[in-house]
Amino acid sequence: MNLNTVDTPVIQIRPTKGWASLQLPALWEYRELLYFLAWRDIKVRYKQTVLGAAWAIIQPVATMLIFTIIFGRLAKIPSDNIPYPIFCFCALLPWNYFASAFSRSSGSLVNNAHLISKVYFPRLVIPISSLLSGLLDFAIAFLFLIGMMFYYHIVPTISILWLPVFMLMAIATALGVGLWLGALNVLYRDIGYLVPFLSQIWMYATPVVYPSSLIPEKWRIIYGLNPMAGVVEGFRWALIGRGTKPGPMFFVSAFVTIILLVSGAFYFRRMERTFADII
Amino acid sequence: MSDIAIRVDGLSKLYKIGALRSKHDTLRDRINDVLFNPFKKLAKVAKAQRNPIIRSTSSSSDDHIWALKDVSFEVKRGEVIGIIGRNGAGKTTLLKILSRITEPTEGRVEIYGRVGSLLEVGTGFHPELTGRENIYLNGAILGMKKSDIERKFDEIVAFAEIEKFLDTPVKRYSSGMYVRLAFAVAAHLDPEILLVDEVLAVGDAAFQKKCLGKMGDVAKEGRTVLFVSHNMTAVRSLCPRSILIETGRIRLDSKTAECIDLYLAGTFQDESTYRDTSSMPRPDNISPNSGLRITNVRLCTHNGLTVVKTGESLSVTMEFVCIEMLQNVGWGFYVETLDGLRLLDLKSVSSFPPFPSLAPGEYSITGSLPTNPLMPGRYKLGVGARDEARGLDWLPEVMQFTVEESQRYDSLWFEKTAGIFRVKSLWQPPVKIRTINLP
Repeated sequence: MNLNTVDTPVIQIRPTKGWASLQLPALWEYRELLYFLAWRDIKVRYKQTVLGAAWAIIQPVATMLIFTIIFGRLAKIPSDNIPYPIFCFCALLPWNYFASAFSRSSGSLVNNAHLISKVYFPRLVIPISSLLSGLLDFAIAFLFLIGMMFYYHIVPTISILWLPVFMLMAIATALGVGLWLGALNVLYRDIGYLVPFLSQIWMYATPVVYPSSLIPEKWRIIYGLNPMAGVVEGFRWALIGRGTKPGPMFFVSAFVTIILLVSGAFYFRRMERTFADII
Repeated sequence: MSDIAIRVDGLSKLYKIGALRSKHDTLRDRINDVLFNPFKKLAKVAKAQRNPIIRSTSSSSDDHIWALKDVSFEVKRGEVIGIIGRNGAGKTTLLKILSRITEPTEGRVEIYGRVGSLLEVGTGFHPELTGRENIYLNGAILGMKKSDIERKFDEIVAFAEIEKFLDTPVKRYSSGMYVRLAFAVAAHLDPEILLVDEVLAVGDAAFQKKCLGKMGDVAKEGRTVLFVSHNMTAVRSLCPRSILIETGRIRLDSKTAECIDLYLAGTFQDESTYRDTSSMPRPDNISPNSGLRITNVRLCTHNGLTVVKTGESLSVTMEFVCIEMLQNVGWGFYVETLDGLRLLDLKSVSSFPPFPSLAPGEYSITGSLPTNPLMPGRYKLGVGARDEARGLDWLPEVMQFTVEESQRYDSLWFEKTAGIFRVKSLWQPPVKIRTINLP
């Protein structure tokens, strides 16, 4: 008989009910799959395009130009006394990442249905991996931002050290929303139609084209219930020193992010057991 | 710890079907419903969806099916077990539960060891990626570590025979190359317990043979294997023990030969060995007024099924009516492969000369072959009668029948026997002519 029988893992399979644990150690075991799926998304993203990764710059820059003309020039929306293009681009960076990450992770389960119905792995791998590929686009666009900061002679202050915190918050929010919508999307494909619409509304509820100083002081806390308001405001503050320092509004945003993420993860785990049967 | 690899206890799986179908008699009802009661519908759908697998057995039975019902068995470490059954019997559901893709409704499973499951070859292949990239991606999806993949990379490429196309996107591969690569990755998965669904039914004959050989190696290495297949030859040669599943339940858990016998008996039980041929269509050159008409045909077998074992007798009885005096009549039956190659053409003239004069009446005639020389497979049976000038009646395909292996051989030796026929040959053991003294 095999000598290592004693330490072979025992897998127990039985029907589960109600809320399940997140099983983060199992997720850690599958970290390589996480990496390979993200790597696949990146590899495939710009296949058979002429401009390739340049799209990662063209998209936000074109959006910035349009916003500058419409909101900056025509509508004359204030921009906290800094040039509108960089004011807008600072916000577009986290916003674009967030919008693409949450819509990608919302659709990720349905797009990977063939994997879910044929192979076992912790299902959380799929929405999480779909967050990673967008980071590369973010990094490329960030280089462009550095160029712009040189052009406008903006020197970042020590507050730039806060940037990773805001970025993490954007990732966590995208994941939280992505987990909820992704799991719901398995049941109701309506979500697929809702997402583009939701992302548009959400952008106008976030200080991307306008400064949050336009919002009356007493409403700021409520405004912070939109976690992306805290993120975008934080990006502006960390990069160009305008906007509000992390204050009550930021903490409200951070709190909402955590709620979204934790509830999303547990909801996802609860729904997970039926994915293979109904996807 | 015992030597058990898998213990399955009372496993059941209920699928709810048609959960979303609501009763709408007319389109207007439906529109009304959607327009005026959208939330009611949403709530109903939500309720149904949240619980697609209902746990009570009290609701009506036509909207849910037990894909598996009360399945229990044990698999010992190192055993290779075949799982056979018709399509929809629950074989794949069982593998899906064992590989944790879906949850059971009832019962439990204990698995001692790392599990690798192979329900499909090429899961997660991306057409835009190259062969090399897909090896890594597919390997990772199947649960291999990157270091394992790197170690086995050359072996995988050699097995798939795609060295030259390693850096070509797989969307430009031929389907054969694609399948070879996909199987090669999966074949180099190294789990202690391997669950394999019908994946050998791909690729050309040579590659199938190679895959089967690889499966045999895996089995010999002492791994535990659960092997779902419709390829009885493969199951027979790989698995000493099998489990026959019928409509979600275990019908038989025993020696493979017994399971296959029972399975084939079930498969062909709705095929009668009797055919009423009086109104069957005839070829154009047979006149309906020829004076002789075959009214029914029976294939005589030991078990009453259209299954004949290799080496058994093959016997055909036909009844016919004769309505006028006929001279010099002969009868015959023949056996063809499904693609129309005639293997046997057996005529009554081999026993008696053409019947000189046949008076009107009803007759029965039997022709038989004491030991049939056919290889395992599926064949067509044809029958006919003629006089010297013309065909009197002819039924080119009265029925199909199956020839089944009569013995279980411990090796692939007999499976590898080539040829169309298997006839008994006589051999003497070797006789020594002289001794050679080795230096």
